[in-house]
Amino acid sequence: MTEVLYPMARQCPFAPPEEVTRLRDEPEVPRVPIWNGVRPWLFTRYEDARLVLSDPRFSADKSRPGYPLSSAVAAAETAVEPTLLIMDNPEHDALRRLVLGEFTVRRAESWRPAVRSVVAGCLDRMLDGPRRADLVTDLALPVALSVICEFLGVPLADRELFRSLTHTMNAVAGTTGTAAAARQELQDYLESLVAAREKDPGDDFIGRMVVRHVGTGAMSRRTLSAMALLLLTAGHDTTANMVSLGILTLLRYPGRFAALRGHEDPRQLADTVEELLRHLTIVQRGIRRIATEDVEVGDRLVKAGQGVIAAINVANRDPSRFPSGEDFDPDVRAHGHLAFGYGPHQCLGQSLAKVELQETYHAVAHRLPELRLAVPVEEIRFKSDMAVYGVHELPVTW
Amino acid sequence: MKITLEPERCVGAGHCVLSAPEVFDQDESDGVVVLLDTEPGAALADAVHEAADLCPARAILVGGEDGTP
Repeated sequence: MTEVLYPMARQCPFAPPEEVTRLRDEPEVPRVPIWNGVRPWLFTRYEDARLVLSDPRFSADKSRPGYPLSSAVAAAETAVEPTLLIMDNPEHDALRRLVLGEFTVRRAESWRPAVRSVVAGCLDRMLDGPRRADLVTDLALPVALSVICEFLGVPLADRELFRSLTHTMNAVAGTTGTAAAARQELQDYLESLVAAREKDPGDDFIGRMVVRHVGTGAMSRRTLSAMALLLLTAGHDTTANMVSLGILTLLRYPGRFAALRGHEDPRQLADTVEELLRHLTIVQRGIRRIATEDVEVGDRLVKAGQGVIAAINVANRDPSRFPSGEDFDPDVRAHGHLAFGYGPHQCLGQSLAKVELQETYHAVAHRLPELRLAVPVEEIRFKSDMAVYGVHELPVTW
Repeated sequence: MKITLEPERCVGAGHCVLSAPEVFDQDESDGVVVLLDTEPGAALADAVHEAADLCPARAILVGGEDGTP
């Protein structure tokens, strides 16, 4: 009998695979086969997932033998220039520290007016046209790409290149070769851009990092380019997917969608965003690590050299931490969810992402109160084939 | 309630600022956590404990009234 590989197929597009959820409630922590024959431990409970993601004895270095790579395209991450995502400490924190000041809560808030204006521009164009749109190409992607391009200081005119290369890097069925070529192309593009900015920095993320760190030798041109690559790709793909999948989810709960319109309390809007992040947890193939020493997780002993997966989508519905469990309930605060990861690698851009999501959901609820799907939900193509979950298109009308 | 920081662990996620803005801030230039109030009153206990729990780098330690961790 062929063994079923992790991650198993979903039964419901709005919930993690039932098989993985079932494993969370069993006493034994299993080791599960994945695509390349490796059998990592699968941690599905909240506390276990948090430990795996924060204990320094687990490494994020994908080049280590036995690392439970999520797919062949993930192997490409070690082929070009390492990013923060696959670095361990002390190197990780030292590099992250150099850019941290750009990602504070206050700095993210300072982007709110610009985000609001980008969202308004997209909605103006939609409202000027026929009463039909694809929320992925007409709203989610343009908002996410515009914001990250402006933040970094890369030309928005090349957004289609960024989008398509990111798609190639994240398409699970791709090969290491195609993903590595896409990554190399984007890395080369950004290295040229950084080189040009060394002569004429400008006042944006890349410009400031060039002046502060490349000029002083604290960061190489290659390292800054890899940082920009990570921010550009992760910064638009995840946000765009949360915008479209989040709105689709809100449409399934019309009362919740209407509530976004009724109240002007920023706390309630923020809580709705947190709950959507928890409930949807779009990083759908788990966050993976490899043990560098023997580590006890719960009552399991993970031996040095063994791989582990923290199934954050299932851990984020663990009723021992989240009373709403499988349900979507913005009235129950979802703080502590793992949608942005946990530990030193927790998402650098999370405060900016939250501002983008708050502004977009709020504006859509206000300006498109009659929003509804233009096709039956069964016809929507969900991104089971991508590293990050979402929808390929979201045809809507109003 | 006495708060001790290990700022060298901070990864700038910002949960502390969102949970307890009266107690925590982030340095304008390097993004690292800054303590505004080392011994906040009991009214802020829940917020401070939430900040400590959410911190992904475990950079916030909350001790008892007598200073014990």
